[in-house]
Amino acid sequence: MFTNFQRIFKSGWAVFSHSGSSNVATIFIIVITVSLITSLFLLKDVSQFLTSSLQGKVDISVYFKDGAQESDILNVKAELSKIAEVKEVNYVSKDEALSEFIQRHQDNPVLMASLAEVGGNPFLASLKIKASEASQYQAISNFLDQTLSPTYKNLIEKVDYYQRKPVIEKIFSITSGVSRVGVGFSIILAILAILIAFNTIRLAIYNSQEEIKIQRLVGASNWFIRGPFLVQGATSGFFAALICLLIFALICGIFSSKLEVLFPGLNLWNNFTSNFWILLLVQLAVGIGLGVISSTIAIRKYLKV
Amino acid sequence: MIKFQNITKIYPNHSPNGPPTIALQDVSFQIEKKEFVSIVGKSGAGKTTLFKLLLAEEKPTYGRVFFEDVDVHKIPSKKLPELRQRIGTVFQDYKLLLSKTVYKNIAYALEAIGASDKEIARDVPEVLEIVELTERANNFPIQLSGGEQQRTAIARALVHRPEVILADEPTGNLDPYHTLDIIRLLLKINQFGTTVVLATHNKELINILGKRVITLDEGKIIRDEERGRFIL
Repeated sequence: MFTNFQRIFKSGWAVFSHSGSSNVATIFIIVITVSLITSLFLLKDVSQFLTSSLQGKVDISVYFKDGAQESDILNVKAELSKIAEVKEVNYVSKDEALSEFIQRHQDNPVLMASLAEVGGNPFLASLKIKASEASQYQAISNFLDQTLSPTYKNLIEKVDYYQRKPVIEKIFSITSGVSRVGVGFSIILAILAILIAFNTIRLAIYNSQEEIKIQRLVGASNWFIRGPFLVQGATSGFFAALICLLIFALICGIFSSKLEVLFPGLNLWNNFTSNFWILLLVQLAVGIGLGVISSTIAIRKYLKV
Repeated sequence: MIKFQNITKIYPNHSPNGPPTIALQDVSFQIEKKEFVSIVGKSGAGKTTLFKLLLAEEKPTYGRVFFEDVDVHKIPSKKLPELRQRIGTVFQDYKLLLSKTVYKNIAYALEAIGASDKEIARDVPEVLEIVELTERANNFPIQLSGGEQQRTAIARALVHRPEVILADEPTGNLDPYHTLDIIRLLLKINQFGTTVVLATHNKELINILGKRVITLDEGKIIRDEERGRFIL
């Protein structure tokens, strides 16, 4: 059994290597298809990262004037916590705000120099409020504007609203739009890949007619006659998947640091390496799958045993 | 062993209004084990069609073909290789793989049926000796004479020890010297106990053989004699 497999693979490799330039076209189109599918896979991760990082962000920041007493701010915090719509309220003191800033921007000499230039602690104490749902902004906003006692109200320097809902919705709509278009293109490309690979295998069958005739004559099993062409299709898919993996490794390696500047915390390379095996599996499954489907169709149509 | 029962084979004409071609018409005969039978007739008499029918490459329009009491056209396609392994075939144009040496051409037949490397190493030299090609084992077909190429083809047909050898015009491309050489080889194979069915239109050859001759003319059997001659 093993010897038979070995012979079929050997013979399949021979068919593959004799197909020369037509393999290039097959591998090329499979690489494009697999790349598109891999991009969709990575896009899903990126969009998940963006939305989850946005969801974790503070909804409303209430900044207090410089002279505001911590006890007053904590009283406001207690008042706010009573509102049903409020999920969480965190107090950030002036010192905490300063150390947080330094920690975040310690590698940025320009910002650090500016901070030194300003002198002292320019930051304000604040309350970071998270709502249970984005639609509940209004209730919290109303409380700050109308219900809060004027004594506390006067302590407020400014209120920043972070409108996460529309941003998240936008990201969702962009990524789902891109995914839909991507899936559509992937299907078209997959059909194209199957057609091109089908043609390559059809040619290989045509070129191997003498050999097939002899195989039939000597009583070779159907599997022995057909197997090499399946191997040829699978080999094209296998190489396409490997090329694709290499391309993505390069892209993620090169652009990861640049993208991280735009989206702090989004490390494409880490994403790639942590998903390496699943990516490899997806790419091999799609690549080899396309090759094998094409071979099967070509064999059924052109290789009667 | 082999039985053709009321076989008619009609090939449809490729042009829609053309008449169909009748390759065989109500042909019936039997071949026993260890027989040496020659099937003679002009080109197009239906000799090759008979072989194709026995190998289940073609289906008869009417009638049945039996090999060891099994209707070959009722054998499922998955089981057909088993039938073909029991029947060795030799053709006028040798059908050798030009990119493989004599040894590899013969070994290929064993590889295709799943023989182990050990069996191949044991059987190929044995069959090379029978066809007297041991010294040519590493030559490519293009480096061989027509007779040697045909002996390679016979060796390939023999190597999986078939019960029958079908030889379709095996001497068609050979000079008289090599023709006799091949016939002698087929007779030798027959003496070892293998049934040989030889299709030819070589009159001299048939007349010196002194074996059973079935004569076909326009798809019909016109003569079937135990020690026949080529008469048309």
